[in-house]
Amino acid sequence: MAETKPKPKLNKKAVEMNKQEPKVRAKNFNEVALGYTEEQAQEEASRCLQCPKPQCVTGCPVEVPIPQFIKCIREKKYAEGIAIIKSKNALPAVCGRVCPQETQCQSKCVIGKMGDPVSIGRLERYLADWEREHGFQLPPKAKPTGKKVAIVGAGPAGLTAAADLVKLGHEVTIFEALHVGGGVLFYGIPEFRLPKAIVQNEVEYVQKLGVELRLGNLIGRTHTIPELMKNGYDAVFIGSGAGLPQFTGCPGENLGGIYSANEFLIRVNLMKSYAFPEYDTPIRIGKHVVVIGGGNVAMDCARCSMRLGAEVCLLYRRSRDELPARHEEIENAEEEGLVCKFLAAPVEFYGDEKGWVKSMKCICMELGAPDEKGRRSVKPIPGSEFTMDVDTVIIAIGQTPNPIIQRTTAGLESNPKHGTINVNEVGKTSLEGVYAGGDVATGAATVISAMGAGKRAAKAIHEYLMSKK
Amino acid sequence: MEAPDVAAKAQPGQFLIVVPHAKGERVPLTICGYDRKKGTVSFAFHEVGKTTKELACFNEGDCLLNVTGPLGNPSEIKKFGKVLCVGGSIMIAPLLLQVKALKEAGNRVTTVLGCRSKEFLFMQKEAEALSDKVYIASDDGTIGYKGLDFLKELLKKEKFDRCVVLGPVVMMRDVSEITKPYKIPTIVTLTPIMIDGMGMCGVCRVTVGGKMQFGCVDGPEFDGHQTDFEELIRRQRTMLPEERVGSLLWETSGGCKCGRNKA
Repeated sequence: MAETKPKPKLNKKAVEMNKQEPKVRAKNFNEVALGYTEEQAQEEASRCLQCPKPQCVTGCPVEVPIPQFIKCIREKKYAEGIAIIKSKNALPAVCGRVCPQETQCQSKCVIGKMGDPVSIGRLERYLADWEREHGFQLPPKAKPTGKKVAIVGAGPAGLTAAADLVKLGHEVTIFEALHVGGGVLFYGIPEFRLPKAIVQNEVEYVQKLGVELRLGNLIGRTHTIPELMKNGYDAVFIGSGAGLPQFTGCPGENLGGIYSANEFLIRVNLMKSYAFPEYDTPIRIGKHVVVIGGGNVAMDCARCSMRLGAEVCLLYRRSRDELPARHEEIENAEEEGLVCKFLAAPVEFYGDEKGWVKSMKCICMELGAPDEKGRRSVKPIPGSEFTMDVDTVIIAIGQTPNPIIQRTTAGLESNPKHGTINVNEVGKTSLEGVYAGGDVATGAATVISAMGAGKRAAKAIHEYLMSKK
Repeated sequence: MEAPDVAAKAQPGQFLIVVPHAKGERVPLTICGYDRKKGTVSFAFHEVGKTTKELACFNEGDCLLNVTGPLGNPSEIKKFGKVLCVGGSIMIAPLLLQVKALKEAGNRVTTVLGCRSKEFLFMQKEAEALSDKVYIASDDGTIGYKGLDFLKELLKKEKFDRCVVLGPVVMMRDVSEITKPYKIPTIVTLTPIMIDGMGMCGVCRVTVGGKMQFGCVDGPEFDGHQTDFEELIRRQRTMLPEERVGSLLWETSGGCKCGRNKA
């Protein structure tokens, strides 16, 4: 009888990642997800079928060679594995934590059709964390080209473009307006989802590649784009993000206790006011917080508020099915005690004698027909107003790009309605040598899509610089 | 303070943000002067809270964690004719930067220096050297006129083409009310709470002419006749209890250790 090869065992269940218990984590700012152990990473990596034509890679905006790095984990060649990721992605510790893998790489995984897809994000995180513990290895660099590139903004788009361009031999300077690098990774995404020490590490890695980082430098004020071009920069990449908060326009919005999501997150994350008075910037949070909005930023605000000791209600004008936040974030938030109020929108805010918000009037909404993008329209139901007591309101209904660069750069075309800078598919703007990408070109989106844009622009800038005599 | 990038671009009316140290606040301060050749800028502040008390302990040669600027829109400086410049308290210092620029642009400048009491008056000599005429006023009448009511008399006698006010919000409100009947364009420099100072957080939102404006990117200068000062006063006070607690805790635990702020 012929010997049969043992069939590879198909394990339909992904290895769970350890998390802090909801009751415990809802009271601290430590990271919720604890990461895989080596054994867990090995087991999860063994589930990968190593497809000859991997679909997962097609779902990744920066085309990380996924099966190859997973193979390295299986073979315990961790240094090699992280080098493979970093050939395409300069910020794996960030992406392993905050990428929406479920709609990207993992949505294409073949095993996903019969069970859980391979947990690509968790494995990426495992390798990135392994490297942080074992020390960075710097990749080889091309010889100097003598070309200088200015990058505006040290967020995901800018850091990615900078890393790619410096590796190609260009001299790269990042101009960052805030006093720390990382952009939204630092000021926006909370500590418990993305520890700031990790962000700082990733920023330091980009600096170690040879990128100069200049902090406290607001382009449009400290320098302008035309000045940079005049002062010896051969190309500029604008990755200044979407930092301008949107407000509801409802009466009473300027009462005390009403924060934009940006203000709230900047206080809590960037200025670390959860550790006030050890840190000097205060935050005041009441007992009953209402967060208006339904995206990831709204979830971040809600989860921060709960950690600061408040009871939180999320007010979203559509229904649960339309929530734009990642499913995982909604689940985490609800486990921690978030109450959601769907199909309701604010109408007016009322204050006490000191000008602090004390209640708000809302109105119930109903869903209408979907628009051409498939998003359901909403309209208020007349006569359905109701009032609720609140002492803090956080408005998380979106951000648009800061107009300061557009206003100070003659000839730079932008969309008058959304304030986004007009670019072609590789990030080229209306000005020669000036490229843009990430939220400033698309409006608020994800970290990884900004990184993808930074990557495409870096390639285009490289081609432009090398074709120019 | 040495900050060549800021000094190279600074103009009257603009501000900067300093972060004293890694656990510190971002503090907006109006620019009071700059030397482009030396690459230095100057600013003035009152020691009111923990951060300003800490800043006061910085010595020559010490480094701040970060300085960002210049921020905000520069003042409009051109020949208006006769300009009334009113400065109160610590804001006298940045006011004089504008007085100088307005004078150089060919204006006739009348300067009013306001203070709480005689001992708080400063830069009188500088003001006199830069202006065509100087008036002094104090809240308690210990020096010059008592209060700002004399302005009403002055405006009856003299015609002004523009009024510039830098000072405490209450003073800017009162001066704006005095100039309103005479329809003198009155420019106030608003100092709402700010964090980033570049349009991100929106905490500096003010209502001017019924519209929401950001102090940092739309201002800091606004039309005093259109500004909702009461709202600004309320918004400035929102974090006062926390600021007091922070400052007290710091002082009772020994302050900055240089001895200057011993409780």
